[in-house]
Amino acid sequence: MIANTKQQAVLHAIDESKHLEGALLPILHQIQHALGHIPSEHVSDIAEALNLSRAEVHGVITFYHSFKSKPQGKHIIEVCRAESCQAKGGRAIEAAVKAKLGVDFEETTDDGEITLEPVYCLGNCGCSPAIKINSQIYGRVTKESVTDLIDSLKAEQH
Amino acid sequence: MTIKVFVPQDSSAISVGADQVAAKLQAVDEIELIRNGSRGLFWLEPMVEVQTAEGRVAYGPVSCADVDSLLASGLLNGAQTHPLSLGLTEEIPFLKKQQRLTFKRAGIIDPTNLDDYIEHGGYKGLRRAITMSTQECVNEVKASGLRGRGGAAFPTGIKWQTVHDTPGEKKYIVCNADEGDSGTYADRLQMEADPYGLIEGMTIAAITVGADKGYIYLREEYPHAHLRLNEAISKALDANLLGDNVLGSGHNFDLEVRLGAKSYICGEETALLESLEGKRGVVRAKPPLPAIEGLFGKPTVVNNVLSLSTISIIFEQGAQAYASFGMGRSRGTMPFQLAGNLKHCGLVELAFGVTLNGLLNDFGGGSASNKPLRAIQCGGPLGTYLPESQWDIEMDYEAMAGIGGVLGHGGVVAFDSSVNMSEQARFSMEFCAEESCGKCTPCRIGATRGFETIDKVRANIDREANIGLLKSLCNTMEGGSLCAMGGMTPYPVKSALEHFNEDFFLPAVGDSTTAEDAHANASSSGIIEISIDSIKKAGTSS
Repeated sequence: MIANTKQQAVLHAIDESKHLEGALLPILHQIQHALGHIPSEHVSDIAEALNLSRAEVHGVITFYHSFKSKPQGKHIIEVCRAESCQAKGGRAIEAAVKAKLGVDFEETTDDGEITLEPVYCLGNCGCSPAIKINSQIYGRVTKESVTDLIDSLKAEQH
Repeated sequence: MTIKVFVPQDSSAISVGADQVAAKLQAVDEIELIRNGSRGLFWLEPMVEVQTAEGRVAYGPVSCADVDSLLASGLLNGAQTHPLSLGLTEEIPFLKKQQRLTFKRAGIIDPTNLDDYIEHGGYKGLRRAITMSTQECVNEVKASGLRGRGGAAFPTGIKWQTVHDTPGEKKYIVCNADEGDSGTYADRLQMEADPYGLIEGMTIAAITVGADKGYIYLREEYPHAHLRLNEAISKALDANLLGDNVLGSGHNFDLEVRLGAKSYICGEETALLESLEGKRGVVRAKPPLPAIEGLFGKPTVVNNVLSLSTISIIFEQGAQAYASFGMGRSRGTMPFQLAGNLKHCGLVELAFGVTLNGLLNDFGGGSASNKPLRAIQCGGPLGTYLPESQWDIEMDYEAMAGIGGVLGHGGVVAFDSSVNMSEQARFSMEFCAEESCGKCTPCRIGATRGFETIDKVRANIDREANIGLLKSLCNTMEGGSLCAMGGMTPYPVKSALEHFNEDFFLPAVGDSTTAEDAHANASSSGIIEISIDSIKKAGTSS
């Protein structure tokens, strides 16, 4: 059933965007959005639809930070590592989030709930330091406020 | 009678609670709530404005908890008794001292309200362009002196001339909205606050060079800009400002937003084109220039968001009016973006020629932490770190290049005295290693060897030899890389070595090390004394 749903999502994305010029990125975005990753068993479907080799599609997936080959946590926390945030104590925020979650960048908590990612600038440099939780950006965060945000994220799950 | 109240729907304002403030004000009967873009006074966000007979008055930064007391103190009459009162918006010194052209509508209009845009001068430029010959349009851009605002500062008119003169049935206009430079947010602000300004500029470009298809390559990190652009494109299409036979001109122009996928290198124009074509964002060798063989091998204009938005203003107000601002070969205005450790972070649009000190103090208000400022990085992550002795520099392309600095996209990131500059230098190399497209060796391998070597220096392993190696590596990267990523990563590293050499004697003790902690540790262990001696030695031997 799950495999079937995955297949449907992939085929749906292909159908919807195949006609576009340079269709590969739009298709990958749509699959990533629907499934949280690009299942490797479906790379051949994408390749076939666009008349590309599997290697070419694999090459694109692994080039871009947005596309993931493996499932991610239910929630994604991104911490800005770039200069403006660094100048406002971003390294301490990084350390606080890592300590709170018990994971490093590019890792997911043991319960599979939260994936931690670095991000290089959210364009929120007027309100540094910044983090992003799923689709919401938070500015002027502190060690305390990020800890609270993570707590409330965890509370939502229960 | 309802009263107009403005709460920005800008990502930064939202990141500090603007949506919650808006929701609370929305519930008040007398209020007609307008979600404008930001004026770019980010330390005051969420900044609420109220329309009064005298003009708009502002309050900020407003939190949800302030809304009741603001209403009670007469917010709706524009009363200025509340502690968060800022007076007339246009009179706020940070804004009043600016010369806003590209950003003249930002924060003032309802971003996707087409009538509002037109009332504020919108589409005058396009209507004028339609009456001109295509060569006259190119000449107008040349006469304005506009240079690419993405960072490379190439004259926009010359780029357009090349595409104009290159024969081809299919041509493209590509907007580079992959604003990856840390410390910059002007593109985002513009797209969220005044999306039609960009759309109009791209349409003028299309008519001028004979293109019928445009793409805005937008970084995925900007979801609000994505929504705003798509809404504006759809409304422009309905109003015949895009699509077939634009305004009866006989020109067709379709415009589409494409999302990047978190790759810094895709801000480089040829990598961007590869990415739009659905490939890995690997840099192309030039020539051929994108103006001759660009997207899908067709002649292509690739311009930054600010360049294209400024085109609408140039065509509305005339090339001479625009060129009358600025100094030397840097004509017009530059949107500087104050970021990092400053009291007043925000967008400052001014004619070229303002000094860095002026930006930091007159606008930025000094450091946010009240510690002295120590290093300023201008022009994004590939920009030089400038020590205080260089802050009297006049901000124009040539003057900056003259001191080995970079104006780039106008980012100004301030660091206070707690910064550890060896950590910053290491980060520059680490970032390059993370984001290199991998095509050329100096960048792909050099960046990794770079931070490894900095680690050795900081660990005091064969210091002099490793500093020599690092400098030599920097020269190789600068001279041997295909694009600015590898070619300019050495700038911040070399400037840190040159101006903040003492920090390379600080031990690295983990992520949260500040220079102050490290200095304290170092002086208690005697490292500083040794280091000062060796600096003196290095100084006399060179």
